[in-house]
Amino acid sequence: MRAYYLPHLKELEAEAIFVIREVVAQFERPALLFSGGKDSIVLSHLAKKAFYPAKIPFPLIHIDTGHNFPETIAFRDALVEKLGVQLIMGSVQESIDKGRVREETGVNASRNALQTVTLLDTLEEYKIDAAMGGARRDEEKARAKERFFSHRDEFGQWDPKNQRPELWNLFNGRKHMGEHFRVFPISNWTEMDVWQYILKEQIELPSLYFSHERDCIVRDGVILAHSEYITLKPEEKVERMVVRYRTCGDMPITGAVLSEANTLEMIIEEVATTRTTERGTRADDKRGETAMEDRKKQGYF
Amino acid sequence: MSIQENNQLLRFTTAGSVDDGKSTLIGRLLYDSKSIFEDQIEQVKASSEKKGFDYVDLSLLTDGLKSEREQGITIDVAYRYFATPKRKFIIADTPGHIQYTRNMVTGASTANLAIILVDARKGLLEQTYRHSFIASLLKIPHVVVCVNKMDLVDYSEEVYNRIVQDYEGFSSKLDIKDVQFVPISALKGDNVVERSKNMPWYEGSTLLYHLEHVHIASDINHIDCRFPVQMVIRPHTLEHQDFRGYAGRIEGGIFKPGDEVKVLPSGFSSRIKSIELNGEPIAEAFSPMSVTMTLEDEIDISRGDMIVRPNNQPEVTQDLEVMICWMNQRSLQPRTKMILKHTTKECQAMVKEIQYKVDVNTLHRIEGIGEIGMNDIARISIRTAQPVFMDGYRRNRQTGSIILIDPNTNETVGAGMII
Ligand SMILES: Nc1nc2c(ncn2[C@@H]2O[C@H](COP(=O)(O)OP(=O)(O)O)[C@@H](O)[C@H]2O)c(=O)[nH]1
Ligand SMILES: [Mg+2]
Repeated sequence: MRAYYLPHLKELEAEAIFVIREVVAQFERPALLFSGGKDSIVLSHLAKKAFYPAKIPFPLIHIDTGHNFPETIAFRDALVEKLGVQLIMGSVQESIDKGRVREETGVNASRNALQTVTLLDTLEEYKIDAAMGGARRDEEKARAKERFFSHRDEFGQWDPKNQRPELWNLFNGRKHMGEHFRVFPISNWTEMDVWQYILKEQIELPSLYFSHERDCIVRDGVILAHSEYITLKPEEKVERMVVRYRTCGDMPITGAVLSEANTLEMIIEEVATTRTTERGTRADDKRGETAMEDRKKQGYF
Repeated sequence: MSIQENNQLLRFTTAGSVDDGKSTLIGRLLYDSKSIFEDQIEQVKASSEKKGFDYVDLSLLTDGLKSEREQGITIDVAYRYFATPKRKFIIADTPGHIQYTRNMVTGASTANLAIILVDARKGLLEQTYRHSFIASLLKIPHVVVCVNKMDLVDYSEEVYNRIVQDYEGFSSKLDIKDVQFVPISALKGDNVVERSKNMPWYEGSTLLYHLEHVHIASDINHIDCRFPVQMVIRPHTLEHQDFRGYAGRIEGGIFKPGDEVKVLPSGFSSRIKSIELNGEPIAEAFSPMSVTMTLEDEIDISRGDMIVRPNNQPEVTQDLEVMICWMNQRSLQPRTKMILKHTTKECQAMVKEIQYKVDVNTLHRIEGIGEIGMNDIARISIRTAQPVFMDGYRRNRQTGSIILIDPNTNETVGAGMII
């Protein structure tokens, strides 16, 4: 007799599609937060599958820090075109110009924390009541306690101690005026699952993920792309390196890894043997042991 | 870390009283299966040193939130992931205090297996009874009792055998299909991933071996065809002008194109024209697949309806008998109006009567009570404003479960299993 069970990638896919469809069924104005990274690319692929042959029935939101890799922007525009979805942009530069936030100064300045304000403003402007994101529970310990449907109060804040219990696959998206939800359809995926799925489904990725040559500097042990957004310290020098990225955040804070991996198979091999977490390459998480938890409470992604 | 892509997924939960070693055990499983990254272990080593420990406190790997690390206890469900070449695992790490019964129920609701930890020095405690009761109530198909801290009882076979005997005596009163026992030391690693040299008398498998091999494929209901409709897909494009697909997740049975089906509540019959996902046909659809189904006939179907087989239908009723776990500070009184969620259906409901409450430590029934409070487990009768299409929880965990929502606060206040 045939064994009726799903292999784990199929089960994770089925779960994510169920969650994405629940969002469309339960909310009036959902949206997908698109960072340009592999997780949000996988999420948009899942969304396409969930509603085929109809188009994805919600817009993508991209919060543009002004410090994005040019590769990310080009990839985003091509994808939006291909999927035939609406793109909403929130600009951190605009938030700065309007005086909503103040730019950090100094050599370690980053626009990462500023994004939260732009994000919340954008959600409010477009009256988004459910914002889906590609965050995974295996990324970081504060994320390990996230729900699939994560309730946010009228200030966009997360209250980890007061989360709604989530049972079976019964998701409660009821809310009061002004509140919204963050939804994480790929909560249960690991970095390895994401890569294996990308390979299995042959999902296209920005070139940043594959090995390439680039001008870099090394700061606090992190390899950063040299760009106009980086202020060199006196002792730092620019070097040509062969690198790739494991996540795609802002240019000034996303660390690269030395790597020759230029195919998905090679990347998977590398992920399987790598001994540090992917967020370990991000300077924003190195700001303290509870950096992520503190930012999430404010309304960060 | 594994690079296989066709592994099965096993979801398990861990239960035990405070300090029985849950967090240490999970840390051990992650560490020994090489699922811990260097930067994570460095963080834990640094924190252990800062606290003045002379060993690496693996429990720090999982005790996530700030307030938890301050108090040194686990306060919410945290999910952990690891994989071996055989399987991929999702752990729901839930705290053991009585005030967290609701978290345990949450973790148990999606689990294939429960690990119940017992401290070898203390034997069975009230908490052990409670956790086992919850595992049986939530119909977790497999239970593994880990007798932990064997290093502190000189790896004694007698101590272990006595605990096994005690547990078997009590669990015969419960409804658990499969119980296994493993003597371990989470701290030292005996019988967790590596076979222990300190317990040659133990002939069973290690915990990890059991997790990798326990048979879970037949835990899913492949008999009763149930397809709750999540939403209707209508592309409105020239290319797919007449396409009308029903999107949802199979919650039981095996559906095939050509099958005769019946739609609830309308009662209309039709045949399955196609089952697909992303335009790719699916020959046989079963739980937990997410699919899009089309029918031969144009029938009015919407979210909350259910597609079933004519010769095997769920019960259609407005009166439910439910075991409820209450999850809210505000207590529940009879005649309270609620919102009930069952599969993809949402409707008004009223709690008509509280039959009895269960003392979760002794399993005794307490009758004649006026209200139920946070973490109570009770049998109640519910009347719904519309018919629901249900199976007993025993038969199907998906079509047999409900949640109750407080219409004023929108909080999820109760988790129910239909009797
Ligand atoms: N000797 C010994 N100590 C253990 C063992 N497992 C856990 N512990 C210790 O018991 C204490 C509580 O463990 P923890 O994992 O935090 O328990 P939890 O409250 O169930 O999560 C810690 O000090 C652990 O080091 C074991 O197998 N042997
Ligand atoms: Mg603990």
